[in-house]
Amino acid sequence: MTSQQFCTFFLDGYLFGVPVLQVQEVIRFQPMTPVPLAPGAIEGLINLRGQIVVAINLRRRLGLGNRPEGELPMNVVVRTDDGAVSLLVDEIGDVIEVEESTLESPPETLRGAVRFMILGVHKLENRLLHVLDTDRACQISAAETAAAPAAQQSFESIAAYAGR
Amino acid sequence: MDEIVKDFLIESGENLDRLDQELVQLESEPSSTELLASVFRTIHTIKGSCGFLGFARLEKVTHAGESLLSRLRDRELTLNSEITSGLLAMVDAVRHMLAAIQASGKDGEEDYVPLIQLLARLRDEPAPESPAVPGNSAALQQLPTVATAESAAKTEAETAVASPPSSSPAGPKSRGKPRRRKNPPNPDNVGEVVAHGAQEAQGAAHPAEAPAPQTMPESRLPDVPVETIRVGVTLLDRLMNLVGELVLARNQLLQLSGCLQDVGFQAVSQRMNLIATELHEEVMKTRMQPIGNIWSKFPRTVRDLALSCHKEVRLEMKGQDTELDRTIIEAIKDPLTHLIRNAMDHGIEEPEARRRAGKDPTGTLSLRAFHEGGQVNIEITDDGAGLNGDRIRQKALERGLITAPQAARMPDRDVFNLIFLPGFSTAEKVTNVSGRGVGMDVVKTNVEKIGGAVDIQSTPGRGTTVRVKIPLTLAIVPALIVTCGGERFAIPQVSLSELVRLDSEESGDGEKSGKGIELVWGAPVYRLRGRLLPLVYLDRELAMRADTRDSASRSIPLEPNPADLNSINLSAVNVNIVVLQAEGQQFGLIVDEIIDTEEIVVKPLCRQLKGVSAFSGATIRGDGRVALILDVPGLAQRAQVIAEAHAPAHNTPAHDENRSAALAETVCDERALLLAENGSEGRVAIPLSTVARLEEFPPTLVERAGSQEVIQYRGQIIPLVRLSEIIPATRDAEMLSNTGSIQVVVYAEGKRTVGLIVDRIVDIVEERATVESLNLRAGVVGSFVTQGHVTDLLDVPALVRAAVPGLLDGPEPETERI
Repeated sequence: MTSQQFCTFFLDGYLFGVPVLQVQEVIRFQPMTPVPLAPGAIEGLINLRGQIVVAINLRRRLGLGNRPEGELPMNVVVRTDDGAVSLLVDEIGDVIEVEESTLESPPETLRGAVRFMILGVHKLENRLLHVLDTDRACQISAAETAAAPAAQQSFESIAAYAGR
Repeated sequence: MDEIVKDFLIESGENLDRLDQELVQLESEPSSTELLASVFRTIHTIKGSCGFLGFARLEKVTHAGESLLSRLRDRELTLNSEITSGLLAMVDAVRHMLAAIQASGKDGEEDYVPLIQLLARLRDEPAPESPAVPGNSAALQQLPTVATAESAAKTEAETAVASPPSSSPAGPKSRGKPRRRKNPPNPDNVGEVVAHGAQEAQGAAHPAEAPAPQTMPESRLPDVPVETIRVGVTLLDRLMNLVGELVLARNQLLQLSGCLQDVGFQAVSQRMNLIATELHEEVMKTRMQPIGNIWSKFPRTVRDLALSCHKEVRLEMKGQDTELDRTIIEAIKDPLTHLIRNAMDHGIEEPEARRRAGKDPTGTLSLRAFHEGGQVNIEITDDGAGLNGDRIRQKALERGLITAPQAARMPDRDVFNLIFLPGFSTAEKVTNVSGRGVGMDVVKTNVEKIGGAVDIQSTPGRGTTVRVKIPLTLAIVPALIVTCGGERFAIPQVSLSELVRLDSEESGDGEKSGKGIELVWGAPVYRLRGRLLPLVYLDRELAMRADTRDSASRSIPLEPNPADLNSINLSAVNVNIVVLQAEGQQFGLIVDEIIDTEEIVVKPLCRQLKGVSAFSGATIRGDGRVALILDVPGLAQRAQVIAEAHAPAHNTPAHDENRSAALAETVCDERALLLAENGSEGRVAIPLSTVARLEEFPPTLVERAGSQEVIQYRGQIIPLVRLSEIIPATRDAEMLSNTGSIQVVVYAEGKRTVGLIVDRIVDIVEERATVESLNLRAGVVGSFVTQGHVTDLLDVPALVRAAVPGLLDGPEPETERI
């Protein structure tokens, strides 16, 4: 039975995970340079030891509500084909190991952009772990900013599915 | 692979490149002893080395070439184009074998028997009544043949002395054998070879007799100690990166030393500053290469092309030692080759046609490179037929790139630039050289990719000049740091002309003194030495309004509407204008503050931000924060400062015919226009060619997808854009209360459709009016008068892009997922 390690984090109360091997590092909030005219999900650019890394606001990317005022996000820096990308999340969880057998593909009722960014759901003992497709989450073209609201709706359907 | 074989490959590769060049040069001046000696030496070196390393096939080929060359050198033969072709073919064969050695460690399977036979035949031909050398050839051929044996012996001896490792182990004996095997059917040949072998032996036996140093001053023996070493390119690249980091660290240090009032520390950091600057310059130099390195291939290219097109072409090169960064050299190699092929195929006429036109039957193709203003200019000039403006017009019409009235009005200069559009070719027939209509657009894209520009000028009957402007280097550039809306931005100094600062009183009463910011129909301008300079507000262009409003100190009005006419002059405090140059057009960029100039290390933007046209990259500043680098041409285009026809596809590469048509529109002023009302006073006109349909919907059908208004339309969801939100206008009560229906102008680009909501569609007119580019707002081309109203002419795609960035760009909508 194969198992996989996930680096977990929270977004608006949902538990997400990305495979540990894709994560380069997790760092605290960094000062950021906003990019005018950029797609909405892009929060800005950060200086990661001399490397310029784009920071993606995952809440906005997934169509979740805005972060509460005053709360600083954490950076989960993941490796993608085009170099490192920082995902802004609310809070970092543990690294957990899950059996691959507990993975289920997202329900058919899940629609739109979120379905496209979630690889599947691991059934943990007391909650669900959403496995993020980092490549797709980082694939922001300006066109998808318009589609983001559609993600909003569909995430509600995850919520319903998760029994929340 | 052995180190020694590797060295051999590298050395031989360089030698071959030189050989190509020298052979072609030799063809034009066959009497040059020096050139001939050099060619001979190169071949001999390769032959010697490969004999030593045991590449028998390679040795055979080079030997055949060498024998031919030795007869040339001894004046028993005169070089003609047949011999040159044979020798060039040999160079190609050698190159091919070297590639095989590189790949497999062996010199390939092919024996090149026909080539060797050809070379042998050329060698054995009696000296022809030289077609290539007029005049002095007779004298040359009368050189006593008695001297031959002696001189051959001399050279053999000389090389034996010069390169003992290559020739002595192989020795005269071992060389003789393969030669004899090589051409068995030709008894004469064998005899000759044997005789030759004897000479060799004799020469080798009496090396002391050889007066080599006198006759061959450029002997291979190094007179001076070796001063160069080979360094891997990756190492240089790494060095460059490290220096980049060092420059950043230096900047941080300087900033720190400014804060700390420690004299000792300041002195050290100053010194460090100087050293870092110098180190940077030196490292840059290691990566600099003379452009001649890539030009060296061109004489051969030109010669081969000239033969295959039956043209006579002379290649002139000036400024070969102009230096450029390695990465740039690599990047322009292909575009330049293409331009040369083009000039040869389309530009220069056949000798007969040239004679008829009263020109020298031999065409001239000249390459010129020079530095100018921190940039390198490369000009490719031919004295051929020039571009035929009418034919380009006709082709553009056939392909639907422009319309007939546009074609008639387009100035030639713009017409010439049409050839940079994808799929454009005026060649009568497709040849294997060019004419397929791919190429010029690739040239343009490749040059623009490295921050360069291409321009074309042509005079019918006189020739064509293509000018390529490219930056010296890409990695570290001097830049001006400015702030806007609390953020810092870097402006590359290449595009900077000057800085203008208006003090509060000066800008305050602009109307009176004529010195401050004035408005031409809502478009801010400044009188710079008597000329009107269009102004662009950076905060407005970058849609940073919210931020700027927050900072109380900044009160430059963000909406220079006629309504704001007064506020702009009254409330402006000190205004900083950065005068920039983009595509030959000047404009002033208004920023909050000007900080300093700084060397910045350019880092590319990540893929997610590639679509944002206003920035060309990012850099890390002294304080460790990231600053964006403004893309001046992109910004200018965004702000409509430059007519788009002059800068097509700078940041919006993929807008094909639809877009090109729209581009062409802007330079022409007669067309069908859709008139619509915007607010109670505003009138706008939309070129009918950009209108897909007109629709009317009840307002209840408008739905929202997040912040975006959308509507279901023909089984699609199309986003809606309200014109009134882009171009604010006052509206009276009647309009506000009008809830009967909304009028939508549907615009389609590829698979994407956008609806533009206007207040009322008025009319469609055929208008021939002078459009004045007054209102420099994104999406507004200019204003003109029709039906007694001042009307803004809209560029719908630009308008939509400005209003909702990204609505029209990015990947095609993926409907199957939904």
